[in-house]
Amino acid sequence: MSTIVSTPDVHKAKPFWQNQHFMPYWLLAPAVLVTAVIVFLPMVQAVFTSFYDLVLFKPNASRFVGFGNYIKLFNDPVFWTALWNTVIWIGLTVPLQMGLGLLTALLLNREFPWRGLARALVIIPWALPSVVIALMWRWIYDPNTGVLNDILLYLHVLQTAVPWLADPSVALYAIIATLTWQGFPFFAVMILAGLQGIPKSQYEAASIDGASAWRQFVHITLPGIGPVLATAGLLRVIWVANSMDVIFVMTGGGPGYATHTLPLYAFIKARQNLDFGYGTTIAVTFTLFLGAIVAVYLARTLREVER
Amino acid sequence: MNKPSTLRRILTTDLPVLVIVFFAMAPFAWMILTSLTPTAVLNATGVSISPSGWSFDNYVRLIEQTSFLKNMLDSLIIAVGTVLVGLLVSVTGAYAFSRFRFAGRKAIMLQFLLINMFPIVLLILPLFVLFRKLNILDTHFALILANATAAIPFAVWMLTSYVGAIPKSLDEAAMTDGCSRLTALRRVVLPLMMPGIISTGIYIFITAWNEYLYALTLGGRNVRPVTVAIQTLIGEYQIEWGLLAAGAVVGALPATLLFLLVQRRLIGGLTQGAVKG
Repeated sequence: MSTIVSTPDVHKAKPFWQNQHFMPYWLLAPAVLVTAVIVFLPMVQAVFTSFYDLVLFKPNASRFVGFGNYIKLFNDPVFWTALWNTVIWIGLTVPLQMGLGLLTALLLNREFPWRGLARALVIIPWALPSVVIALMWRWIYDPNTGVLNDILLYLHVLQTAVPWLADPSVALYAIIATLTWQGFPFFAVMILAGLQGIPKSQYEAASIDGASAWRQFVHITLPGIGPVLATAGLLRVIWVANSMDVIFVMTGGGPGYATHTLPLYAFIKARQNLDFGYGTTIAVTFTLFLGAIVAVYLARTLREVER
Repeated sequence: MNKPSTLRRILTTDLPVLVIVFFAMAPFAWMILTSLTPTAVLNATGVSISPSGWSFDNYVRLIEQTSFLKNMLDSLIIAVGTVLVGLLVSVTGAYAFSRFRFAGRKAIMLQFLLINMFPIVLLILPLFVLFRKLNILDTHFALILANATAAIPFAVWMLTSYVGAIPKSLDEAAMTDGCSRLTALRRVVLPLMMPGIISTGIYIFITAWNEYLYALTLGGRNVRPVTVAIQTLIGEYQIEWGLLAAGAVVGALPATLLFLLVQRRLIGGLTQGAVKG
């Protein structure tokens, strides 16, 4: 209680930490402290864990193995399969999303009566929980009762039903189709915003000069939305690389290792085998790969912050 | 320039847009149709397309025979908690970034951007170990904290651009009138930030509501949000697609409705940064 007794000299000279210079740090302290505890601390922990042979619920078995996990990783054929799958997965999903998104944005940028409604409806896939998306598409892809086989058989595109998610050579592409469906609205929305930032006068001037629609697209539209495409594309690479919930629910990585990607492999190792040491090693390695892409994105964004 | 005829507009714009809208909507519409078809019909003849075969049978079973309402409550607590934590610690931080130039500003901003890029799998494993040590696994608190790892950096980044749009002269005027920094923030800047705070909050709510992997790993027994609960509807021996679809529709509804309600403003905020680049 004695500390509450007011000391008059506090009013005379403010202690150094009440100085205006420290103001921003106080204001930032809550956010920085919380993220330090729930993000950076665990992250450092993860790097440490990757040097240990740690199988959860067997705490006594935890022992330091140095780079042992990493050496094991590079000799692990599943790792290379998962890495290759990750490359195909990102390499196909992001361009497909971007292409479909660009097409959608160009259409939505035109004048027609129900434009507002169309724009709202197109975004719906983006707002749905990924579990719902994954289960929904599992139902559509179902080999016996799924609607996709029904339609394709009816249209005579297929002669026999395809087990979309059970066939190792098809499963990854079936999931890529689902992710394309989930992600193209994001691109459509970003690109649409970019399109609306291009002054109409440029198009008017070009059509007076007799430029064809294609030339207008190449020389006005594409340069106009270039920065948006780059930012959205990079963000999407990072996002698609990280998201594993859709694959996890759709196939759980199977059949065999056909739909294993790196983050999923790490997750499954830790979740099913409780092998946290090795799982974390995969996660750290994947993060290093992703880091290169993140660096490009950060360099772009920081240029903007400095403005 | 001559105006294109209506017919031409319909062929080159309305029709293609209709195809894309159909493509975007069809899977979810199929889910709704599935949920309206009673299981017996579903097994015998498949999804019923005409309204005559519809019933709310699956929804009734969902409410009566499963703990779905309790799961919805879990999701609600976690999502609201994440919004509160995310916004509370971010508002002052965003104000600091936008109003002060100080040593380390760029590094700290970079740090917040960086967090959002980290793979969730790198975080989920150590968080599990940490929460197990703290004995808070399978509680609402644990899932709120886990969701906050994404919510805080996002909120800081979004709100910084919102505060940046409010003229500095306003809080400076308030301070010349004798307000302290914090009073100026509370009385002048905060009310003006409200639209930004609301859209950011709604976006955090949607993300937290839809989150699956943390919910599965760090919760799942006592605390089971809808995203995890939907998957348990699959059934032990045979997939109950009708019940599952009903759960998926109900589980997706809150976030989807909120999204449609605020989509215009939300998208404005999300795209601002990218368009400027």
